Parts: sequence; structure tokens; C-alpha cells
Amino acid sequence: FREGNNDSEDTDLRFVICQSLWKQVKSETEQIQEDLNKQLFDNLVSFLRRSHSEFQEKTTKWTCWMKSREIPTAALVLGVNVTDHDLTFRSLSEVLQNSITPYIALLEAKDCPGIKNLMQKLMGQLMNCSIDVNSLEDEDYLQVSQNRIRCSMTSLINWYESVTKKTDSETPSKKRTSSPRQWQSPPVVVIFKDMESFTTKVLQDFIVISSQHIHELPLVLIFGIATSPMIIHSLLPHSVSSLLCIELFQSLSCKDHLSTIIDKLLLTAQFPFKLGEKVLQVLINLFLYHDFSVQNFIKGFQLCIVEHFYSQPLSVLCCQLVDAKKKVNYFSHNQCENIRRLPSFRRYVESQASEKQIALLTVDDFLKETTQKLLEDLHVYHENYVSVLRCLHVLTSSLPKYPLGKQIRELHCACLENQVWETEEYESSLQLARMLNKSDLVTMLQRCVEIFVSSSGKEFGKTVEKLKEFLTQFQKLEAEAFQEQDVSVSSQKELQKTTDLYHLQKTLLELKESRRSKKLSKFEMLRSEVVDYIDSLVRSYLVPADHKTLHEVVYFNTASVLREHLNAAPRIALHTALNNPYCYLKNRALKSDGGSISNKAPDICIVYKLHLECGRLINLVDWLEAFSTVVMAAEGSNADGASSDQVDDIIHARFIRAVSELELLGFIKPSKQKTDHVARLTWGGC
Amino acid sequence: GIKVRKGKTQLTVDVKRFVKKLENISDDEAQEILEENYVAALGICAQDPVENGSSVSGSEVYSFQTPKCSSKMAELASELAQTPGRSVAPECPEKTAKTPQSSSNFLWAEIAWKCNLILLFVCQRAVLRRYMFLLMRIFSLPLQSKKKEFVSTTPYRLRKRLAAPDPYLESESEYSASCSEEEDEEDQREDSTVLSGQKTPAKTKAASMPPPRTTLPKKVKEDKMSNLVEEYFEAHSSSKVLTSDRTLQKLRKRRLSQRTLHDLLKKAPLAYAAEIKELNQQHESLFSKWMLQLHLGFNIVLYGLGSKRDLLEKFRTSVLQDTVHLVVNGYFPSMTARSILNSITEEVLDHIGTFRSPLDQLEFIIKRFKEDSSLELYVLIHNLDSQMLRGERSQQILAQLSSLPSIYLIASIDHINAPLMWDQAKLSLYNWLWYETTTFSPYVEETSYENSLLVQQSGSLALSSLTHVLRSLTLNARGIFRLLAQYQLENKDNPSYPGLPFQDFYQQCREAFLVNSDLTLRAQLTEFRDHKLIRTKRGADGVEYLLIPVDDSTLTDFLEKEDEDV
Repeated sequence: FREGNNDSEDTDLRFVICQSLWKQVKSETEQIQEDLNKQLFDNLVSFLRRSHSEFQEKTTKWTCWMKSREIPTAALVLGVNVTDHDLTFRSLSEVLQNSITPYIALLEAKDCPGIKNLMQKLMGQLMNCSIDVNSLEDEDYLQVSQNRIRCSMTSLINWYESVTKKTDSETPSKKRTSSPRQWQSPPVVVIFKDMESFTTKVLQDFIVISSQHIHELPLVLIFGIATSPMIIHSLLPHSVSSLLCIELFQSLSCKDHLSTIIDKLLLTAQFPFKLGEKVLQVLINLFLYHDFSVQNFIKGFQLCIVEHFYSQPLSVLCCQLVDAKKKVNYFSHNQCENIRRLPSFRRYVESQASEKQIALLTVDDFLKETTQKLLEDLHVYHENYVSVLRCLHVLTSSLPKYPLGKQIRELHCACLENQVWETEEYESSLQLARMLNKSDLVTMLQRCVEIFVSSSGKEFGKTVEKLKEFLTQFQKLEAEAFQEQDVSVSSQKELQKTTDLYHLQKTLLELKESRRSKKLSKFEMLRSEVVDYIDSLVRSYLVPADHKTLHEVVYFNTASVLREHLNAAPRIALHTALNNPYCYLKNRALKSDGGSISNKAPDICIVYKLHLECGRLINLVDWLEAFSTVVMAAEGSNADGASSDQVDDIIHARFIRAVSELELLGFIKPSKQKTDHVARLTWGGC
Repeated sequence: GIKVRKGKTQLTVDVKRFVKKLENISDDEAQEILEENYVAALGICAQDPVENGSSVSGSEVYSFQTPKCSSKMAELASELAQTPGRSVAPECPEKTAKTPQSSSNFLWAEIAWKCNLILLFVCQRAVLRRYMFLLMRIFSLPLQSKKKEFVSTTPYRLRKRLAAPDPYLESESEYSASCSEEEDEEDQREDSTVLSGQKTPAKTKAASMPPPRTTLPKKVKEDKMSNLVEEYFEAHSSSKVLTSDRTLQKLRKRRLSQRTLHDLLKKAPLAYAAEIKELNQQHESLFSKWMLQLHLGFNIVLYGLGSKRDLLEKFRTSVLQDTVHLVVNGYFPSMTARSILNSITEEVLDHIGTFRSPLDQLEFIIKRFKEDSSLELYVLIHNLDSQMLRGERSQQILAQLSSLPSIYLIASIDHINAPLMWDQAKLSLYNWLWYETTTFSPYVEETSYENSLLVQQSGSLALSSLTHVLRSLTLNARGIFRLLAQYQLENKDNPSYPGLPFQDFYQQCREAFLVNSDLTLRAQLTEFRDHKLIRTKRGADGVEYLLIPVDDSTLTDFLEKEDEDV
């Protein structure tokens, strides 16, 4: 698939790596999604079980439900990122299928414009899935498809009875033996994926009808809600909503979801591929300001991977360290040249001694060796980077006003952007950190220790020790403080003995003085020591990635490509093309200043420019005349010869073409208000 | 607000014009001067173009500017026309035309020509000023009277057009004459005082304060923003729209038919062919990337000015040669989502049979593609945003289709509001990657189906359907139709012709021995109506009127043809 690529030597390899990496990422994200939804699904499952078991046992509560004809309903609040819901529902139905009931119908608003369509869809899904589970023969299938034609609640009930009976009598089915729950009749779950977009009439009808039959058919509804649970009550009148017995479930917010994803995808050493600061910023902005969709974020990530492997020939090295080292050994001369061409590598070369420079630039083998070393450096850097970043995050996220951001992704961006310790925010956060109280500081240190212990970096042994030492010092301090407390208590006891008021005052002052100067200063000293230490860690490990040699291999940094492809602005493109054709057609004659166009511009640009000057309606004749004036002037004096009539025709034709093109583009439309007028449709710049 | 904006456009035009001249004029001296002026203009930038030493007409013209910007077009046109002389000469006389045609024509041409000369060669400011003064005198006579009328009645843009160019001439020639910046500034100050007398202070500020060159774009943008908003509401505030009443018919120019239009356009050379070719080559280099991304589950949408049809065609012929692909010409007026689905089921999947609804069909397709993973299909859609495909339902269907992993969609959009077709759900189904492919090539195919206002409806289709239907009818029936057609043609000059009353028609038919009873005629008419040859409507008095819904020229053609046959 990579034929057209400029150097084809290892495109296949790159493609393979790219694919495998993407697969990894994909499975990882799915895993994350699953984990995140687990809690929610567990709750739902238990709810379904409860509602169902009551039906089964015919308890008093159920009969009372039956009297009032309430349908057990789960309202699932999922958030506004509608596009992600699909995945959630799919996995939900999977989970339910495995654990509770084979009878699940997923309904979408766009399939159900009327109650009839809804019932059809419902029956179709239910019967099909029952067939899947029970693996019935073909004749039954035929029967079912015949049935499908006249769909009503009664036929549904008949079907349900027959199915449940069948499972009861004929086969003590696999499902029942395998599952621990011995249920005679599993509930029928109907999921409304996007409750808000259903027509209220359809929903109401369905609810009313099915509530009539609830004693025959153990129906459970699940509403997928994007906005707020209040929507149920605003959509359905009281008489209908009273037929529902609603329980609310809240899914994880998409923001949390995103931060988990970023945490797992970007802030690990597991994946060799990294995002540059700008790219990450673009992706996050798209998420926050456009759609809140984690799916789209992942899609953007995928695009980044593809682009990176497509455009960067050295991305062969963007794989696990061991493989990369091996690959370097087999590099051809060309590829070595590629390495030499990297700007970061050049910088590295320049910093070396002169004879080494020559060696690097001429001897391939030496270059390979250095590359391996550099790659290893890069790898180690990543490992360290993540842990220190987390550590810093622990520190800064507890500060008031979050000078470096609440989320770790903000911190990450800041660190990637430039040297974080030079920023003002960093200064202020350190200032604030120097004012932390002891308990906070201790918990923070403990968490840092945890992070470092769990991290894979080898260099952190010393760090951990150091931090632990700090901790013990704190403890000691505490103990000391305790002792002093004792002392002070005893002194207070002494105080009580003295009855002299003057003495009392004096000793109190002394005590105060000593406490402030001695004890607190000790703590302060230690505190500032800790902060300084963390500062030094940051300075040594959180160097921005583009200061590292060979960072181009693993970092994808062309944000413009991403923005262009994911968040395009077709209107702006059109307007620039029309307003300033020079942007695209690099012809000197078109070059102009200040946004005006010359009369040599393409016809459509001239026509467009002229139409901008008009009001709501445009007279075609005037327009044509204006156009011909411009064009004639552009063509110069040779036009007004004997063949003027001929020229006129051509201009007329050109005008017609340009106008109809504008019409196609949606700038104007024919108007009936006045003869030979068109209406203008756009206002404003873009 | 408009005035400010106008000032800006004029300025830019001025600047541009200077550049133009730089290229055109060979005279070294003049060039130097112009260059200086150019620089000066750049430096002071927001200099009011209205400024003129002989402030006779400057303020006058300004005060005449109505808030309507209807005249802008003409103005701009004359500005765009390269040399001021030329711009004024050909059209103004024609417009003032109603009274003093030929004489003013000559006068104008001469004045304009002289201005031009002055502009190029005269460098003496004083001389120039005097000259301009004179010049103003000369044509202020016919102007004056018109201007009054202009305020009271609907603004006739031509008048404005007439009035507008002269300050430019002046200001511009002044620029070329005056070499010192100081003087310019002085003038400007003068001018701004004139302005502030008329405008609200805020506006004058914007107009008279010349922002330095660097900050200009931003400021202009702001101004523009507020202006555009105002413009919009101004344009929509009154239900009456002020445009001239001229129609194309008065232009004594026949409407071009599609064919002649096509021929004419072929004769006209395509501007900037080389550049366009280069652009296309740039886009073509992306083909392999597109393929890759299509295969990775993305779909590609192309946007940007210019027809993307050729580009997609090229993509198809160069890359998709050996694959199964489907080309959808979305711009075709009868293209629907259903026909796309049909061609997939019938031609790609070799399925014979019909479906109850497009959704069923879609389901079938999805099932087939899921079952058979070796099945791959490339779908190329030209103009995904065309009239027929832009509906919610068809977009939904296409989106679902495109979300299949083995269907690769590559489409083009042109309409400015095309992205509004898609909501989040559809966007995620489509999984678009956007590519800007501005080609600047003319929309030849795409617009050929558009029933453009300016293109004459050839009516050949209607004519052939008429003859076909009638040929299958009896002789009497044809006679009946002829009668009706003739009657309609006789009345073609009557704009409020309601149609032929049924009773009258019956009488005529009886007289021609075509029918013998009311009922037979009615039966015949029903047949016509079923073929949509006639339309009936009831008048206010309950009488049934019969009408042939075909335009007169077609009808004439038809009758002539009939006569030949008989």
C-alpha cells in the first residue's frame, strides 16, 4: 500500500510496525474502556437481576408492581459524547447476553419513526437473537420471518411463551446449566440507545402498551440518556412516566475516560510512539471544544501514528528498544544519511569534539554505534520522564489554584513545550510548595516513593532512598516535636506552679520565641530541602523531548497536518481561494496587497468580489455589465476591435459560467421576487 | 460603517493600482514617482481616498452615499478595471443614457482619456489641481440635477457609479503628483475634519486614524466584522430591495442555450492553465497516501474551490484500475441514495430482486460485506452535497455504508455549508479525513445540470415527450390537442391568460368534428392529464380552464413539426 513513497526500502517494515503498534494501542484502549465500564455494568446487571427475580418469585412486591403496571427501567446517563455510546451499548449488550438474558433488543431512534416500525424492529431483533442462542432449525426461522409481518404485542407474548416453554421442556439448555442462575424465564431487555431523539408519541405508546402486558412479559427498559435524567420527565407526561420504575445509573464522565487513556497510552514507556506537544494540544482541544468524544481522540491518535510512519523514514526505529538496536545494525548507507540529516542529530554532532564529528559524519559503523547509544538514552529518558512527571504532578496537583494545571496532561504539555523550570507557573508552584503543611508533604512524599518504586527506571534506587530518608526525618521531627510538646507541657506544669504574673508572662514569651525559631525552622529547613530536591529531579529529568537527540524517531510533531485533516475549514478555504487566488495560483499577476484582487483574477473570483458589494438581491444585468467592464479592462485595448460582438458573447458565456458556479457553491440562489435577480445567501467574511 | 469600509477598499484598490502601473508604465521617471507614491500610500495606509485637494466633490459625493451598498458593485467594477479612464468611458454614458446619449459619451471619453494622460505625465501638483477643478466643472452640470433625484427616489446605482469614480481620479492623480508626505497628511487632516462633521465620532476615528501598516489587517478585520453585521441587518431590515429594474430582456441579447454556451466557453482560453496544472499535480502526489488511509478505515473528503471531478477521475484511472469501484455523479439531478444502493446490490453483489425499503437494502449490503471479507468496494462520489444527496436520510444511509470496513469512500464537497449536513453521529460513521484540494478548474459537468437562470431552457426534452405521446394517440385526440395549443399560442401575448374554458373548448371541438359529446372530450382530456400534457384549474367563477404547461417556443416548434408530419 505504500507504493508511492519516496524511499521504498523499508516501507513494508514500517507498515508492519505501524499496524502492530496500532493494534496494540487499539486493544489497550478497548481494555481501558472495558475496565471503566465494568462498575457501571455490574450495577446494571444486578439491577436487572433484582427486577427479574421478583417477577420470577411472584413476590408481593411484584404483584404490587403488576397492579400498578410499572415497568422496571434503568436510566443510563452517558454524557453528551453520543458517538462513544455505540461502543458502550455494544459491550453492554454483550455483557447482558452472557450473564442474564438472551433477549435483548437495541433500538435506535432513526429506525423507529413510528410505533409500528419500533415493534417490527423489536420483534426482529428478539426473534433473531433467540434463534442464535437456541440454534433453531430453518423452518422455525421461516416461521419467524412470516410472523414478522404482523407484529403486535400479543404475537410477541406468544413468541415469548413458546420460547420459554421450549427451553423449559425440551432442552434444559446449555445456557441454564452453564449459568448459575436457574431462571425459568429470562427478562426481555429493550435498550433505547438515544432516548432523547425518539418521538415522544412513539415512546409513550410503547410504554403504555407494554405496561398492559407486563404481567405476561418480563420487560425491562434501558434508556440511554445524553443530557440529564430530567429529560425523562420532560419527554413523558406524568401518566406515562408513572408506569416506569426508574433507577438511575451514571456512567463515567468522558473527561475521566480521556485522562485514563492519556495516562495509559502516552505516559508509559510501553509504547514507543510519542506525541509532540503541539499535536497533543490539538487533539485535546478537539476533544474539549468540539465533541468530547474519546473515539475521535483515538482516531486522531491513529492518524498520528499513520502519518508518522508514512512521513518519517526513520520511524523504522520506532519500536521496542531491542528491535530497534538490531535494526540499526542492518542500516544501509542511505538510512545512515537519513539519520545524519535529522536536525537533532546535527545539533548533537556539533556539540562533539572535532575528530568525533568527522567520524560521525563519515563512518557508518561508528554512526550506528552512537545511534544505538542514543536510542538507549532516549529510552531511559522516557522511563525517567514519566515517573518524575507523575511525581511532580503529585506535588503540584495539591497546590491551591493549580498553577501547573489540575490534570497530568496539562503538566505533560507544559513539560514538552519547553523547559518547565523556566516558566513562571513552575516558580509559583514551587513557592506554594514551600508553604505546604507537614501532613500533606508527608503523604505526597509517600506517594512519590510509591511511584518511583513501581517505575522501571534503574536510576531511581538512590532517589527512593533519598525520599525515604526525608520521610524518616519527618518522622523524627514529629517525634522530636512530640518530645518538645512534653517538655512544654512540663514547663506549663511548672508555670502553673509559679503564681507570679510577671514570671508567667516572661516564660510564656520565652516559650513562644523558642518554638518559633527552633522547631519550626527545623521543619522548614527540611521542607525546603525536599522541594529543592524535587526541583533538581525535575531539572535533570524533565527536559523537553525536542532537546533530546533522535527525538524525531519517536515523536510526531506536525500538528498542522493533523488539524488540517481532522478539523478542516472548508469555508475558509473557499473564501481564501475566491478572495485571494494568489494563495493557490502562484502567478505574479495575481499578487496583490490588502486583500483586494486584480482584474486578472479568474472569472469566478471577480464575480464573487462584485457580488460582495451587493445587497440582498442582485440584478443580473448590472452584475453582467460590471463583470464585462472588469474583464474588458483586463483584456486591454485589443479587445474592442471589430470582433467586439464576438468577444461580448464570450464574456457573456464566461459570466454565465461563473454565476452558475457561485450558485453551485451556495453563494446565491435564483429569486422569484424580481425578474432577473438572484438572492445573495452569505453574509460575513467566513 | 460602510463608509469606513469603502475607504478601505478604495485604499487597497489604490495601492493595487499603483502596482499595476509599476508594471505597465515604461517611463522611468513616472515609475519612480509612482513608486514613491506607492510607498507613501503604504505608509499612511488608511488615507482616505476621498480626500481631494479640490474638495468640491469629495464631501458632496460622500454625503450622497446612501447606506445601501447596492452601488458598490458597479463602483468596484470600475475600480477593478485597470485604468480609470477606461472604466468610466464604456459604461457611464450608457447608463446616464436616458437623456443625453451621444454628446456626453464623447465628453466622458475625452475627460477620462485626459485624466489618464495627466496621471501619467503631469507631475505638477498645482497644475493638476487646477485641471481637475476644471474637469469637475465640466461634468458637474449634468450630475447635479441627477443627484437630487437620487436622494429622493430609489438610488439608481449608475448615478453613483458616475459620481464615484471622479474622486478617485482626483485623489489618485493627486497622489501621483504630490511627492511629499507632509502634504498628504495635511490633506488628510482636512479631510477628516470634513468627515467628522458628517459622521459619528467613533466612525471618523476609525476612518481618519491611519493605523500603521503592521496592525492594519487586524483592525480592518474588526471593522469589517461590525460592518458586516450592520450590512446584514440593513439589507434585511426593509422588505423592499433597492435594485435597478433592468432585466435581461432589455439587453437585446438572446439567452444562450446550453450548447452555444458550451461552445463559447471552449473558445475562451482557460486562465492560468499552468498554475492550475501545478496545483493538480500537487494533489495527485497524494494519491498513494489516500489509498493507505482508505485502507486504514478512514474515508476521504475533498473540499476547496474548483471542480474536483477531474482529480477524482484521475485517481480512479491511475490507482483504482484493477479494483471494484463505483462512481457516483452526485451532481446528476436524479441521483438518489437509493440508486446508489441499487447499483451496489445489482452490479457489485449481483443480486436480483427488490427491497422494500432502502434500510432493508442497506442491511442486506452490510450483511453481505460482513460475510465476505474479500469483497472490497471503492465508492467515489462527486458532490456528496448535491441537491439530491444532501437530505438527512440519504446521508445517514451513505454514512452507514461508508462505515463498513471494506467499503472505501472518497467524496468531494463544494457547497459552503456542506459540513452542516453531518452531525456528530454521522461524522463518526463517516470517519472523514479532510483534504483541501483547491483546483480552480471550472465546474463544467457539475453546472451543466443546474437549471441556470441565464441559460435558455432548450425544451427539447419536453418537445420530444410531447411528440411521442401524441403519436400514440388517435387522430382525433391529436386534433384536440392541436386546437388547444393553437388557442394558447394565439393568447401568448396576454400575460394573465388563464387557459381555455372547458365549455368553449367543447364548442370548438364539436365544430371541428372532433368529438361528439361532452363525455368523449372529458375522457380524452383525462388521458392528456395522465401524461401531464395539460393542466386544469378552476377559475374564481367555477369554470374549468385548460392549459398546456409548456413554454411558447416549444409549443410553436411542436406545431411546426406537426404540420410537417401532416
